[in-house]
Amino acid sequence: MAIKTDGIGKEWPATTYQVGREKVGEYARALGIENPVHFDVEAARSAGFRDVVAPPMFAVVYSSPAVGPAMFDPDVGMNFAAMVHGAQEFEWAEPACSGDEITTTAKCLDISEKDGKGFYVFETNSVNQNGDQVVRGTWTCIVRGV
Amino acid sequence: MADVKVGDAIPELRVTPDKYLPHRYAGASGDFNPIHIDDEFAKAVGLPRNILHGLYSMGLVARANAALADGDPRALKRLSVQFRGMGMPEQEIVVSGTVKSAEGGRVVVDTVAAQGDNQIIKNAEAELEL
Repeated sequence: MAIKTDGIGKEWPATTYQVGREKVGEYARALGIENPVHFDVEAARSAGFRDVVAPPMFAVVYSSPAVGPAMFDPDVGMNFAAMVHGAQEFEWAEPACSGDEITTTAKCLDISEKDGKGFYVFETNSVNQNGDQVVRGTWTCIVRGV
Repeated sequence: MADVKVGDAIPELRVTPDKYLPHRYAGASGDFNPIHIDDEFAKAVGLPRNILHGLYSMGLVARANAALADGDPRALKRLSVQFRGMGMPEQEIVVSGTVKSAEGGRVVVDTVAAQGDNQIIKNAEAELEL
């Protein structure tokens, strides 16, 4: 059975996430990250940040709300029961700091089939309130038995 | 930053996520997929037990690489990973890496995260500006 490819090129509405000090600290603690720039505003400012700064992988927190609806879209048609997160890439530019409003858009880059598996590739792009590039993400989901 | 040369190892990171880590990571990240936080649900869908979030393990890979820059969150410019074996709570994760290229302050590190012989993240490539 040929894989459904209607979703390729589709884009979804942007989501906006406001970065907050407590969420940044909660994330850093869960990862065991101890640099005070993630917890203490004075430490962050003396290191040259506007406010408490998020660890790079906090990108998943503010970009997931944009890519979630893409993954569940019927045009994409992924079978969630047989899906695994196969690969992930982020490319960072401006750091995300508490107080930032980060807007993320999501797009389906590709849907393809190989050896009975479906490969679904999504891209997210996040910019801050000043229009500065924050992060670009590439999310690859693999579905068995397509 | 001190000279980082091709072939250098990054400081090895060893972390044993406790039983409740997936719950804390779920709260921190917003990902409450029950395969990560509900042991019974995980077993019912054929998993050995509740499993770690892949993006948590990727977060540890990011943390291990940031150590090359004394934890400066500006250093990591790109991180690309493949998720392979499932990560389990209550088992030690070892993140190790080797510098693949180092030119003009840009360093690329090949990184792996493993639990015993089980590589949970492989072919991870981190690019840092030092």
